Amino acid sequence: MAETKTVAPKEGLGTRVWNWLTETQVWTSIFRHNRPDSDRNRVLVMLSNVFLHLHPVRIRKSGVKLRYTWCMGGLSFFLFLVLTFTGLLLMFYYRPTLEYAYSDIVGLREHVPLGIMREMHRWGAHAMVITVWLHMFRVFMTGSYKPPREFNWSIGVIMLVLTLLLSFTGYLLPWDQLAIWAITVGSNMARATPFLGYEGPGAALLRLGDVPLIHAYDDARFALLGGSFVGEGALLRFYVLHCVGLPLAIAVLMAVHFWRVRKDGGISGPL
Amino acid sequence: MAEDTNPEDSTAQTGPEGTAAPAPAPQAARPAAPRPPTAPAPNLAGKTTTAASAGGAAARAVTAGATKPAVASGRDPDDASPLLTRRAWMGLAWGAFSAASAAALAATGRFMFPNVLNEPPQQFVIGFPNEYGMGVDERWKERFGVWIVRTPDDMVTHASGFYALKVTCTHLGCTPNYLSAEAKFKCPCHGSGFRLTGINFEGPAPRPLERARIVLADDGQILVDKARKFQYELGQWMDPEAFLAI
Repeated sequence: MAETKTVAPKEGLGTRVWNWLTETQVWTSIFRHNRPDSDRNRVLVMLSNVFLHLHPVRIRKSGVKLRYTWCMGGLSFFLFLVLTFTGLLLMFYYRPTLEYAYSDIVGLREHVPLGIMREMHRWGAHAMVITVWLHMFRVFMTGSYKPPREFNWSIGVIMLVLTLLLSFTGYLLPWDQLAIWAITVGSNMARATPFLGYEGPGAALLRLGDVPLIHAYDDARFALLGGSFVGEGALLRFYVLHCVGLPLAIAVLMAVHFWRVRKDGGISGPL
Repeated sequence: MAEDTNPEDSTAQTGPEGTAAPAPAPQAARPAAPRPPTAPAPNLAGKTTTAASAGGAAARAVTAGATKPAVASGRDPDDASPLLTRRAWMGLAWGAFSAASAAALAATGRFMFPNVLNEPPQQFVIGFPNEYGMGVDERWKERFGVWIVRTPDDMVTHASGFYALKVTCTHLGCTPNYLSAEAKFKCPCHGSGFRLTGINFEGPAPRPLERARIVLADDGQILVDKARKFQYELGQWMDPEAFLAI
């Protein structure tokens, strides 16, 4: 930081502008290190950036070997960013009500410029489910779930579930026949939740005298749907979960996941 | 609490200093204390060793002994020992905080279960029996989720009359379609088929459709109550309220 800048003997206009710019307070506030031309500065690039500091300062050569990592974790993260961005754009047009949901979905294709935005979100979602599975497969096949990485594996399993839940909740939002009946079938599984689903094992034991504590109007499925069938309550709940709740949860876990990769010694290498 | 966090201060293990434990402000209240005025009071909170517990117990015992004469006639005006020890106060504070957090969590959970639902009623009146012909009547399928079937000869009771079939497939909960030409209910999701009686005969459905309670109301109209269901495989179609003989 305290290094004096080497000034070329003959300065052109571009050089002078560049020198002025890189010495302004705004510039030096954002970039608190010199150009990454030494090991020290390369380390500082990572450490002085809130986003990059989750990443290891150094990675093994094998960590960038496509044949070893398949880049599936990176691709999953990239797809998450794509989905966040396209999803945000879709939210400007989509209204999660029985009256408007389906027509807004059609409108996203017919009435809005760049009608493929929804398709990008949809296909991106499919792709993310695939890459997350493949990432898990790679981590399993390379034994990267073993100590000291077993904690991060568990974080990853939770994120896999969150990815599937994001996919599940997003599936209802088009509010077409496929969506409604798929979620009807899917959410009926929640009826069989042990103790918390009214048709699940043990639920019949939870009763006060003749009054069942778990019934169709207070069980796990009801909490999911906000009603006793897939209706307006379910659409709104799935929308809120899809757009806010689940992305927030998975983003926090991603931060932990990446940080943990660094703490556990970086990407695992071949033995 | 900053002045209490000195890790060197493990006075809880010694008796005489243990008596200072309950004093919240040793400098002000106990000028004659043997310890330097800046010495922090022992921090017992968070210490879980037996030594700390014993020290705490000792401290309490000593405190109790010292204040014993004053207890009968209220507190001695010169008694600077607090009514509540630091440890007790912390316990109380954490307890109250935990209770409040638990209550907030429970309230959040309860928030997800509304008191009023904008859903069709489970119990409804569907008109007089003479408004229905023989066979399957679909007029209430959309609104209430039942087929009203009038039959001259019920498979269970062998009487003529009505039964109300719930339109929920017993496989995974989709709504079957009534195919009049084939005289069956056919589920579009996975192909389960049901006879007009409700008996399953094809596809993955594991059991017959459920019947709902059907009775005559006081005014002679048919009353259907979906909250009460009758399952064939449990022998419940024999129930007098599962079938309305006319």
